[in-house]
Amino acid sequence: MSGQRIERRIVGFVHLLRHNGFALGVEETLDALRVARAVDLERPEALRWGLRALLASTEDEWRRFDELFDLHWRGRGVKQAVRSRGSGAGAFRGRKLGDAPPGAPALADRVTRGDDGDASVGGEGKRQGASRAEALGSTDLRHINDPEELAQVARLAERLARRMQHRLSRRERVTRQGRRLDLRKTIHQSVRYGGTPMQIAFRARRREQLRLVLLVDVSGSMSLYSTFFMRFVRGLVDRFRAAEAFVFHTRLVPVSPALRERDLARALDRMSLIAAGWSGGTRIGESLAAFNRHYAADVLNSRSIVIIMSDGYDTGEPAALAAELRQLRRRARRIVWLNPLLGWESYEPTAGGMAAALPYIDLFAPAHNLDSLAALEPELARL
Amino acid sequence: MTDIDNLRTRFAAIGYVVDPELAAAVMLMQKLGRPLLLEGEAGVGKTEVAKAMAAVLGAELIRLQCYEGLDASSAVYEWNYQRQLLAIKIWESENTSAAAKEQHIFQREFLLERPLLRAITQEKPPVLLIDEIDRADDPFEAYLLEVLSDFQVSIPELGTVKARSIPYVVLTSNGTRELSDALRRRCLYHYVDYPSEDKELRIIAARLPEMAPALAGQVVHFVQALRGEDLRKKPGIAETLDWARALIGLGASDLREDVEAVQQSLLCLLKTHEDRAALPRERVERLLGKAG
Repeated sequence: MSGQRIERRIVGFVHLLRHNGFALGVEETLDALRVARAVDLERPEALRWGLRALLASTEDEWRRFDELFDLHWRGRGVKQAVRSRGSGAGAFRGRKLGDAPPGAPALADRVTRGDDGDASVGGEGKRQGASRAEALGSTDLRHINDPEELAQVARLAERLARRMQHRLSRRERVTRQGRRLDLRKTIHQSVRYGGTPMQIAFRARRREQLRLVLLVDVSGSMSLYSTFFMRFVRGLVDRFRAAEAFVFHTRLVPVSPALRERDLARALDRMSLIAAGWSGGTRIGESLAAFNRHYAADVLNSRSIVIIMSDGYDTGEPAALAAELRQLRRRARRIVWLNPLLGWESYEPTAGGMAAALPYIDLFAPAHNLDSLAALEPELARL
Repeated sequence: MTDIDNLRTRFAAIGYVVDPELAAAVMLMQKLGRPLLLEGEAGVGKTEVAKAMAAVLGAELIRLQCYEGLDASSAVYEWNYQRQLLAIKIWESENTSAAAKEQHIFQREFLLERPLLRAITQEKPPVLLIDEIDRADDPFEAYLLEVLSDFQVSIPELGTVKARSIPYVVLTSNGTRELSDALRRRCLYHYVDYPSEDKELRIIAARLPEMAPALAGQVVHFVQALRGEDLRKKPGIAETLDWARALIGLGASDLREDVEAVQQSLLCLLKTHEDRAALPRERVERLLGKAG
């Protein structure tokens, strides 16, 4: 192959990768040309290895690279190109490019409400005005069925979560100020006193950010609450990189990437894909076991607070739930259990699963309306 | 191609079995001057890559272990406060101005170089291993990115320190936190997987030549089967080597004949109580049976 021809093909290849969601700039193209010059073109494998090291930058891209490389350099299967372009992983990377279709938020709101379609069938007349909005805070979430109000509550839940996140990290910083000596500054200031540290300088202690791990029950018995909880969780996860969210039903699924999706419509789309095909009772114990086994080591550390949002109706063995909570307790700093039923007057946590879980829980709190979610913040800050 | 083959021979000479892909990446590090990002599960030998590289290139290995809360004073530089205090005391009686004293104690000799600064002030380019970058926090990652593209560090009291030589930078990540796109783009990338059976055999042959090939075959077969089990912590290459050494120590020659020795030495492979409990004797025997 002549030099010029190969250069054209390399540029074309970078183009193809870019179309498939690889984040590549001009600098990468130039370096790709240098790679082509550096390796011996008699051995096509060397070009593959070199370009892969340069152009792939995540595990996912690393694994998809070969297919795309063969496609471009072996020149077969144009149909495949079309398929690869629409592949899920490509679409996922695409979000970072910020190409949300216009009008998406409007659609998103419709989808949110559509989610709870069954609750809003009644379609009562619209009630408007600020006083009504204030009252929303104390209304049990399951009693809200006006679509307008549903959307409003969901938005409030999200905003509340953001505010909480902000305050939680700030509080840490303020209360721990001035405990550590700043030697560097102290020495600097002591020079003029002949080395005697007359002026002591303190350093505000590095703020230690809380880590939140949220496990949300999205089973049938929770369906009246889980939409709001997901909005609340989204608000926390979205801005707070040290938060991870999982939903469970009969199994456990990590949802942080879907929740961080900028475009709400797409986020819900991904969520519904995740939730598709689920049925049957809640298996809290098994879901926690899956968490302990596959995720705990990565997402938990000694500053983690685990928040479980569930009504505690478990179709599994209470003993299994207790055993998994005991394990979780060892890894996390605190376990918080939010139970919407706790807001009901007649509720007592005596159901098998809930009773078994209680000994391992640091904070057991209601979560049936917005006020109770708001009341969490000072509690969390104290933990 | 000669460069890659040449590198592979040199890696082989120090007893490190290297994939051609990785050799190609190392060659490109030299050609393009980009850092290399290694990702993969814990225990697949990411850190070893940097050590082997240092040996192959005849370079010093400088290691920076990342952790949450790592800041510039432990990663880049710190002033030597004790010496500064002493110097001020010694100069007390001298009739010099405070400004002169101040200038004196903020000279290079009072500076403690931490790994990053040390790496860029060497005459001969070292291998800088930035281990578990995913454990450091975002601000540090951003700072690191700046150092890795400019190769200079600015110290307020001293001015800018420019790199004398550009180090070979190897970053490793276990994927506990998503790294920034900017850092990923800056780096060459290599995904390190658990070794194939064939590769693991060659690793044992290179590191433990005294082991009989038949036993080595059984060992590798067993470990590979074990990685297929539902374990909390899968054994990595270091564990395989430990276990192989232990078996040599126990005088085992045929694992299927000597299940006792396997049982006794299994603690080299399984590091948690749950995993150990998940493998009772009959399960081990079954895995060994597969290891035929």
